[in-house]
Amino acid sequence: MRLYAVVAAGGFRRYATYRVATLAGVFTNTVFGFIMAYTYIALWDERPQLGGYDMSQALTYVWLGQALLMTCAMMGGGFEDELMERIRTGDVAVDLYRPADLQLWWLAGDLGRAAFHLLGRGIVPMVLGALAFDLAMPRSPWTWLAFLVSVGLGVVVSFGVRFLVALSAFWLMDGAGAMQIAWLAGLFFSGMMLPLTLFPGWLGDVARVLPWSSLLQVPADVFLGTYAGWDVLRAYAFQAGWAVVLLLVGRLLQSVATRRVVVQGG
Amino acid sequence: MAEVQVGRVAPVESDTAFAERSRLVEGVRAYGLIVTMWLRSTMAYRASFVMTTVGNFVSTAFDFITIMLMFAHVDMLGGFTLPEVALLYGTSATAFGLADLVLGSMDRLGRRVRDGTLDTLLVRPVPVLAQVAADRFALRRLGRITQGLLVLGYALLTLDIDWSPLKVVMLPLMVLSGAAIFGAVFVAGAAFQFYAQDASEVQSAFTYGGTTMLQYPPTVFAKDLVRGVTFVVPLAFVSWLPALYVLGRDYPLDLPQWVAFLPPVVAAGCWVLAGLVWRVGLRSYRSTGS
Repeated sequence: MRLYAVVAAGGFRRYATYRVATLAGVFTNTVFGFIMAYTYIALWDERPQLGGYDMSQALTYVWLGQALLMTCAMMGGGFEDELMERIRTGDVAVDLYRPADLQLWWLAGDLGRAAFHLLGRGIVPMVLGALAFDLAMPRSPWTWLAFLVSVGLGVVVSFGVRFLVALSAFWLMDGAGAMQIAWLAGLFFSGMMLPLTLFPGWLGDVARVLPWSSLLQVPADVFLGTYAGWDVLRAYAFQAGWAVVLLLVGRLLQSVATRRVVVQGG
Repeated sequence: MAEVQVGRVAPVESDTAFAERSRLVEGVRAYGLIVTMWLRSTMAYRASFVMTTVGNFVSTAFDFITIMLMFAHVDMLGGFTLPEVALLYGTSATAFGLADLVLGSMDRLGRRVRDGTLDTLLVRPVPVLAQVAADRFALRRLGRITQGLLVLGYALLTLDIDWSPLKVVMLPLMVLSGAAIFGAVFVAGAAFQFYAQDASEVQSAFTYGGTTMLQYPPTVFAKDLVRGVTFVVPLAFVSWLPALYVLGRDYPLDLPQWVAFLPPVVAAGCWVLAGLVWRVGLRSYRSTGS
């Protein structure tokens, strides 16, 4: 357990090293936040209460999206590039010899990364957004806490998906295609482009039960107070359910890969 | 260093001009050779190439799908109908796609500055800009252009435009000028990375952010934001102003009618500036020494 805590801290520190990159990222998140906020204003001007959100809730949703984009790695950009590269080059053989579990090792590192991105790239755009627009911030500290738990679960679900994508490199060797499909689904079905409550008919129903809704839609709804009282537990159960399923499938795939696939030698 | 300064010492004016032109020709030729090399290497993983091209197409298609989902709830966005928005979208997406295909690899410059591999490019007798631009040339970016052209086609089929010869000429001209303007932004952004090294995302804010913004009508955005992309980073000339002329709609900021014809001029101006910034950036480059 202590080992994984150290790995997580390492993940945090590793991303904290890139200060200029973080600043640049904050700038980009803010620019995109402004662009999206104005398109949402145009939309909600025409249709107030669209998708069950009022104007300030919709704007809050925009900035939550920018704050969680990197945290929940909706466009990828975490450990998966590195793991894929290690599988391609055969370096993964060394990882498999280590006295640590492959999946838990990368999960710990990714949690550290997510924690840094929440602080480093989440807070500043959110504050700037709140200064420029009238946002619907939760008043109760419990809502903030509930939100953080939901974000944590979202990160694990995100990890679960990306771990599967990375493992696909055992069979595909060049996983760029699989990775791209994964980030496309992540961007669209997380609700990053448009809240899933605005997706019409069956598309909306399907989008809401897919794992990606855990990355933004669910945490955002927790933040906006959509779940009354203990209903939050239902949202958690949904996220945790996907997390468990994805981690188990990842575990299965990992054992199949290590048993049946010959690792590339260099 | 790699700037083989043949023309610099030449006493006669015309010699300098000749050297400049041959450097340009040499640059384009080198760009072509490197691109061919990367094309061959891409085709080694053909399945992956097909997947990433389709992915590139689909990923950009999601932008327009989002707009269509918005129009599932409203008839007008900022006073514009879906086909009108499609025209703005199609022109800017195609222009951006072209720039991205030709120069999209420039955002890798920061990495090369960091790990010192830029030095390799400096010692070759080929213009550095050509090498950086062609670095890892990605043909999959055709996916974005295809998507932009499809949306543009949809717009032209559904819109009831009062065509004039001028408007017909305007369309291809604005797409090409727009691509040149975005291209200049790519070059200037890359030059900035000689200083900032790992700040490639700042560039994304102007390139990807710029094209996202241009996909919506200018009426949607705050006046200051529109002023910014008109007078500071002149992205409004990529699609907004010429497209509004084609549509016969009012311009933002009460701009006069003739600004719609400026894109080629603006593009040329942007390239002069980008070229200067690039030279200054390259001259100030100090290797990591590793």
